[in-house]
Amino acid sequence: MRRTRPAASTLAVSAVAYAVTVFLLLPTILIVPMSFGPDQYLRFPPAGFTLHWYAVYFTDADWIGATLFSVKIAVLTAIAATLIGTLISVALVRGRLPLKRLFELLVVGPVIVPNIALAIAMFLVFDRLRLTGTTLGFVAAHTALAMPFVVFTILASLYRFDSDLERAALSCGANPLQAFLLVTLPQISPGIISAALFAFIISFDEPVISFFISNLDNRSLPRKMFEDIDYNISPTLAAVATMLTALTLLALVLGHLLKRRSNHP
Amino acid sequence: MSRRPSTFMLGGRTYSPAASLLLALPFLAMIVLAFLLPLGMLLHESLFVPSFNLANYEKVFDQAVYLRVMGRTLRISAFVTIITLLLAYPLAALMARTRGLLLAILLLAVLLPLWTSVLVRTYAWLVLLQRNGVLNDILFGLHIISAPTQFLRTEGAVVLAMSHVLLPFMVLPLYAALRAIPNDYVRAAQVLGAGSLSVFRHVVLPLSLPGTSSGCLMVFLLAIGFFVTPALIGGPQQMMLATLVQQQVTELLNWPFAGALVGVLLLFVLILVIAFNRVVRLDRFVGQV
Repeated sequence: MRRTRPAASTLAVSAVAYAVTVFLLLPTILIVPMSFGPDQYLRFPPAGFTLHWYAVYFTDADWIGATLFSVKIAVLTAIAATLIGTLISVALVRGRLPLKRLFELLVVGPVIVPNIALAIAMFLVFDRLRLTGTTLGFVAAHTALAMPFVVFTILASLYRFDSDLERAALSCGANPLQAFLLVTLPQISPGIISAALFAFIISFDEPVISFFISNLDNRSLPRKMFEDIDYNISPTLAAVATMLTALTLLALVLGHLLKRRSNHP
Repeated sequence: MSRRPSTFMLGGRTYSPAASLLLALPFLAMIVLAFLLPLGMLLHESLFVPSFNLANYEKVFDQAVYLRVMGRTLRISAFVTIITLLLAYPLAALMARTRGLLLAILLLAVLLPLWTSVLVRTYAWLVLLQRNGVLNDILFGLHIISAPTQFLRTEGAVVLAMSHVLLPFMVLPLYAALRAIPNDYVRAAQVLGAGSLSVFRHVVLPLSLPGTSSGCLMVFLLAIGFFVTPALIGGPQQMMLATLVQQQVTELLNWPFAGALVGVLLLFVLILVIAFNRVVRLDRFVGQV
């Protein structure tokens, strides 16, 4: 077969594509060196090297309090969302669920409805139920938001898993619960772990609902960041942004490794 | 996607309807508490307080100031959709014909921003665009401007930052669509004498339309309800629907009117989703990692 040399148009498309890649990455990457600069005003290139802004973050009770609160919420959300998500996924794929179509709609609902709509709706209800600023309120809100991503991830691994294995277990005398716990669960566990990872990131980074359901005592890290960005663009934020980007990178690499493991058991 | 649909349909159904409902119960409780009940109460507030009336909805469409906000929201969202489409297409096309390490790097370049906090990315734009920021420094250094220029609190800045934040949502569905086009089709067209422009127009473009429309739908949906970036980059002159809703709630405590604004927003969203007749393909965003 004749191999065609890349045409000029192909090269042009590639050049634009690389420029777009740079555009995607550049703003966030520029923040990294700036977070080590000594000036009160962020400048590029930075005029020196200091860890001062990182020290400010780690010694500020407000920042640390907000971070710990967010970590707690995100861990609980990851647990709640994967538990609930696994059960509904199994019901959708392996069960004869009545009103299946309706359940599917409810699963995707929270991503189709804009966050701002959900956020002020929750603000209204949580205020009346005294859930504003509570752990339960945050976890319930973030679980709903993470649910579509969690369910899709677990569904994908349920579909990849050969249901004959489950049937074999059933015909060898296992009851459905045993078949699920002993055969299905170990097979889909990489999917469940990456679903938990997604839920954690979604909760930990979630800015809109957090903005509305935080109160003076309990606020999440994104809410604290929002306030700081709005009132003063202090270089401490650049340090926080750098650490968050590093964390996301870590999570992506972790997720990639998990997926490789689930594809090649 | 099951390899044996029939086996899947017959043998795959392990649990009875009652057991399935039991499995779905925690989900149902959660979705009622954190989704259906809040939205229902908000819409109730907009329609039935103190008794059934449409006054709040009439106010949305009667007063010029609110119509302007809605017009601006639709305009900015349309611009953002077009810009992201134009930027995403070449990148998705490159990704579709790449394999191995380069593909991994390109995917990382798309996924890292997607999963990095919106606040981090908005903050980055704030730093770049501020009066003593990087963009002003560069333009000043190149003698394009003679004094620091105000980029923040302009519609251009809002469109730029939103396009950046939403770009991954356009790239991923496009990439999935372009990648699914068999290379043989392109080669067949070339062998038959089609130039690259004609291959693009008659083969690639039509076959990538599903991905294009789902990317556009996703970006537009996210843009019309976008809160963080317009709230931080824009000023009162660039107020969008979400910022207006926030102002009604936190500053004026006008729940019925905020509920009506959300009702209108939900109506837009519903019309778009039904018109495109496709559920947003989430698996594209979770499956790529």
